[in-house]
Amino acid sequence: MKILVGVKRVIDYNVKVRVKADESNVDLTNVKMAMNPFCEIAVEEAVRLKEAGLASEVIVMSVGTTQSQEQLRNAMALGADRGILVDVDAEVEPLNVAKAFAAVVDKEQPELVILGKQSIDSDNNQMGQMLAAVTKRPQGTFASKLVIDGDKAFVTREIDGGLRTVALTLPAIVTTDLRLNEPRYAKLPDIMKAKRKPLETLSLADLGVTIKSHCQLDKVEAPTTRSTGVKVTSVDELIGKLKDEAKVI
Amino acid sequence: MTTLLIAEHNSSALSPSTLSALTAANEMNNDVHVLVAGNNVELIASDAANLLGVTKVLCASSDAYERALAEPMSELVLHLAGQYSHIVAPSNSESKDFMPRVAALLDVGQVSDICAVLSPNQFKRPIYAGNAIATVTILDAKKVITVRASSFDKTTQHSDQACAVETVAFVASNGLSSWQSDDITESARPDLASAARIVSGGRGVGSSENFALVEALADKLGAAVGASRAAVDAGFVSNDLQVGQTGKIVAPDLYMAFGVSGAIQHLAGMKDSKVIVAVNKDEDAPIFQIADYGLVGDLFEVLPEMTSKL
Ligand SMILES: Cc1cc2nc3c(=O)[nH]c(=O)nc-3n(C[C@H](O)[C@H](O)[C@H](O)COP(=O)(O)OP(=O)(O)OC[C@H]3O[C@@H](n4cnc5c(N)ncnc54)[C@H](O)[C@@H]3O)c2cc1C
Ligand SMILES: Nc1ncnc2c1ncn2[C@@H]1O[C@H](COP(=O)(O)O)[C@@H](O)[C@H]1O
Repeated sequence: MKILVGVKRVIDYNVKVRVKADESNVDLTNVKMAMNPFCEIAVEEAVRLKEAGLASEVIVMSVGTTQSQEQLRNAMALGADRGILVDVDAEVEPLNVAKAFAAVVDKEQPELVILGKQSIDSDNNQMGQMLAAVTKRPQGTFASKLVIDGDKAFVTREIDGGLRTVALTLPAIVTTDLRLNEPRYAKLPDIMKAKRKPLETLSLADLGVTIKSHCQLDKVEAPTTRSTGVKVTSVDELIGKLKDEAKVI
Repeated sequence: MTTLLIAEHNSSALSPSTLSALTAANEMNNDVHVLVAGNNVELIASDAANLLGVTKVLCASSDAYERALAEPMSELVLHLAGQYSHIVAPSNSESKDFMPRVAALLDVGQVSDICAVLSPNQFKRPIYAGNAIATVTILDAKKVITVRASSFDKTTQHSDQACAVETVAFVASNGLSSWQSDDITESARPDLASAARIVSGGRGVGSSENFALVEALADKLGAAVGASRAAVDAGFVSNDLQVGQTGKIVAPDLYMAFGVSGAIQHLAGMKDSKVIVAVNKDEDAPIFQIADYGLVGDLFEVLPEMTSKL
């Protein structure tokens, strides 16, 4: 079984982003970048399936700028076999990303595609579902458990009321939730080894994908900030404030 | 121009999030048709027919739609999509599953989690865990949108006369995915997503046994129980209680956080609450920066004292 994994380069999750003074976008100059945390979980899951003898090859793919090579190398240090960079110079919308992935799915025929559930920059939560629609494959989103059994993938999904398990007939698309696994750290020898693993660079044109713009970004503002509150020193004072001042209890 | 609003319900009543999404839909200056899909949902459909701004209800009642699975739901919406300019749903784990599928099947984009309607095609939405707010214009003729319920008031007003309820029979599914089982947490407490009060616990609570202290205060206040991801990861409570960027987005009248440090991902889910209370033994915990009332103290003392004094 071949597995294709989506890896997106995003702002590091510990960094609080700032808006540019001209409100054209957020300011990413000199900001620490990293692999989207949900993609790390996707890579980890694929590598575990390979270690368990269930997968033969793990391919990682990113649609991004040349710098996304860093995250692809990182994924290869974690155990992926090879990388595909679809080189673009600007952020690409989820449906266009899905079309680029669909073209690679068509070429590579992976039995399983594992993606993150959400990019922590754009907070879209769309790509996996869109890829499933475009490739007409079944989807198991927000997975906290994945079991491969014969030609089926059993996905336990995190839903609003608890957990739900669905069975997907392979080939299928799965998106990861945080509790699916805990990603490992790359070891130095593996980081060295990853430098020699194959990394192919393609353009959207190579894949026959034309970008269509669906949504235009007009402005990016800072959110309204809350006015700083007060410190209370006792439970009695707190209860008093909640009753008499805030009137919420 | 007409909007199709896909209702969220719990099989017995419309969810509060549907009423919030209706407010957003009404701000798009369109007629609003509401789709109620599920099994035995005729009564829910007739309730929807009374709501202000709704001019038609489509009722798709079939076991095929019982659990709002992505494939049958997206096919149903696609089947109905023809006449609509806007396809709108409150953001929840079901719509997050099927709406992007609908968009891709229509070959259009989706705008997720809008928090304001500026015009029928311009919207605001939070990005970067709510640390920035984007204004976007949808360029597609058909606009697929999910709505952040906590950003809109609920439409509770009724029209003078109920609108028509039309039955939709479409059922199709490719059979590539099937439901196996649910493990749903039963709780007598209010629903986290729509509760007026929430008492939340973080890693500081220490164990699932200790969470009883959080629950006791919640019960005293008639509040829902919430948690940070660290508390959920440690197994103190179940996953559906997670508040944050990747959990539930809430905006109750009162949000009380005990032993929660205030990571940006947690704040993303609760910083629009009307009144925020933080109790933490670390006076430098970031949660205090957004708390209206902060108490530096040990939650193991504060929680029982507060529960007994209320
Ligand atoms: C991609 C991604 C998505 C995420 N999504 C979410 C999300 O949706 N929601 C979320 O919550 N997190 C999320 N996180 C995790 C987030 O980054 C933090 O790790 C998490 O919120 C920390 O939880 P916590 O505040 O309970 O724990 P900690 O940060 O460990 O804080 C525990 C706090 O308890 C206090 N404390 C300890 N003992 C006591 C005591 N006896 N009395 C009073 N105070 C005490 C401590 O001073 C400390 O401030 C996400 C992370 C990633 C990478
Ligand atoms: N440009 C991209 N390159 C690679 N993977 C992506 C890209 N955009 C999205 N993905 C994948 O799709 C998931 C969901 O993204 P999104 O729909 O943008 O929230 C991410 O976690 C990635 O696994």
